[in-house]
Amino acid sequence: MTNTTIRDLVVGLFVAVGMVAIAYMSFSLGGLSYAGPGGLQIFATFNEIGGLNKRAPVVIGGVKVGQVTRIALDDEYYARIEMDLDARLNLPDDSSAAILTRGLLGNQFISIEPGASEDLLEPGAEISLTEDAVIMERLIGRVISNLGGDGS
Amino acid sequence: MNPVIGLGAWTVKVIGAFGRMTSFAVQTAVASMRPFRGRRLVEELYRIGVRSLVIILLSGFVVGGVLGLQGYTSLARFGAEDLLGSGVALILIRELGPVVTSLLVTGRAGSSIAAGIASMNATEQLDGLRMMSVNPLGFVVAPNALAMILAMPLLSALFILSGLLGGYTVGSQLLGVDPGRYLTGIETVTTFEDDVAGSLLKALIFGVLVALISTYHGYTASRNAQGVSDATTNTVVIGSVTTLVVNYFFTALWSS
Repeated sequence: MTNTTIRDLVVGLFVAVGMVAIAYMSFSLGGLSYAGPGGLQIFATFNEIGGLNKRAPVVIGGVKVGQVTRIALDDEYYARIEMDLDARLNLPDDSSAAILTRGLLGNQFISIEPGASEDLLEPGAEISLTEDAVIMERLIGRVISNLGGDGS
Repeated sequence: MNPVIGLGAWTVKVIGAFGRMTSFAVQTAVASMRPFRGRRLVEELYRIGVRSLVIILLSGFVVGGVLGLQGYTSLARFGAEDLLGSGVALILIRELGPVVTSLLVTGRAGSSIAAGIASMNATEQLDGLRMMSVNPLGFVVAPNALAMILAMPLLSALFILSGLLGGYTVGSQLLGVDPGRYLTGIETVTTFEDDVAGSLLKALIFGVLVALISTYHGYTASRNAQGVSDATTNTVVIGSVTTLVVNYFFTALWSS
């Protein structure tokens, strides 16, 4: 009797630990839901988002406050980004958003620069001041054509 | 005419084998439900799941460690060591986790299922069950198969986590990757829809296939010592090859 009970306990432990492993993989690593506080949906429209991905971090002054939840094209073929930010943030409605790159080859992320307005961004509001992603090839191309211009 | 006759005979043989396997699977599925034998399932989960745990955790750790070692030397050439966590995580979750787990479990537990059922058949124990009007499909085959199907995703998940730990130990503790960068690398690159869901589904499919292959070969083995040894060999060979082939097609379909 005791032997069977111990074996049942061990099997129960095995299944429980396995389930925890699956849950950890799905939620913590797979990001099935954003682990941090969310709830403030904000939109922003860009001409060019470069290599920005879903789940890319949104930061203010380098501190992560949310993530990109959706990337889509709007009716006029602009890139429309949906972000899920910490609901406790009180962002002025003249805040601006820029797509930056971590290092030379790193991942891209959105950096929000808070403005100075008295009015706040409501959930579902749109950030109108945006700065596009810098595309390295175009930048290099421009530099090369400028250099060529000087030489002639 | 001879090659044509040979081809025809071969086709009939292959289709016949598929048909027998399918009918065996359906009969087992029906027998597993009436009555459902929870007691027997726990016994087999212990034999198949718990007792495979050490080999799975140990192999996972070492595989993760070697990925860390090789990944580090390749990435350090470009000064991109920070990508080590991402690389190790994607390789383990998408491919090596389910595949190596399935290969190990086939060798460790699949062979033992096949040999067990085949020798029960050879020593007329299955006939004994039938004589007591206990269906051997429900009493012997179904608990083995169900335990294998349940254990595979659990073992695969544990293999992956153990592998990530192995990569961490080698990459961050022995070599020069920043521990924080390693961990955030894992988290930013893995997504549930693209990576984790596919990984779990793969493990489940491998579980079903290995369960079917091992029980079928055990149940249909000839009733002698040669039959038992053939059943074990066939299970390991066919189970491993099936895992690798199915893995390729699953990956190709999943990413398209």
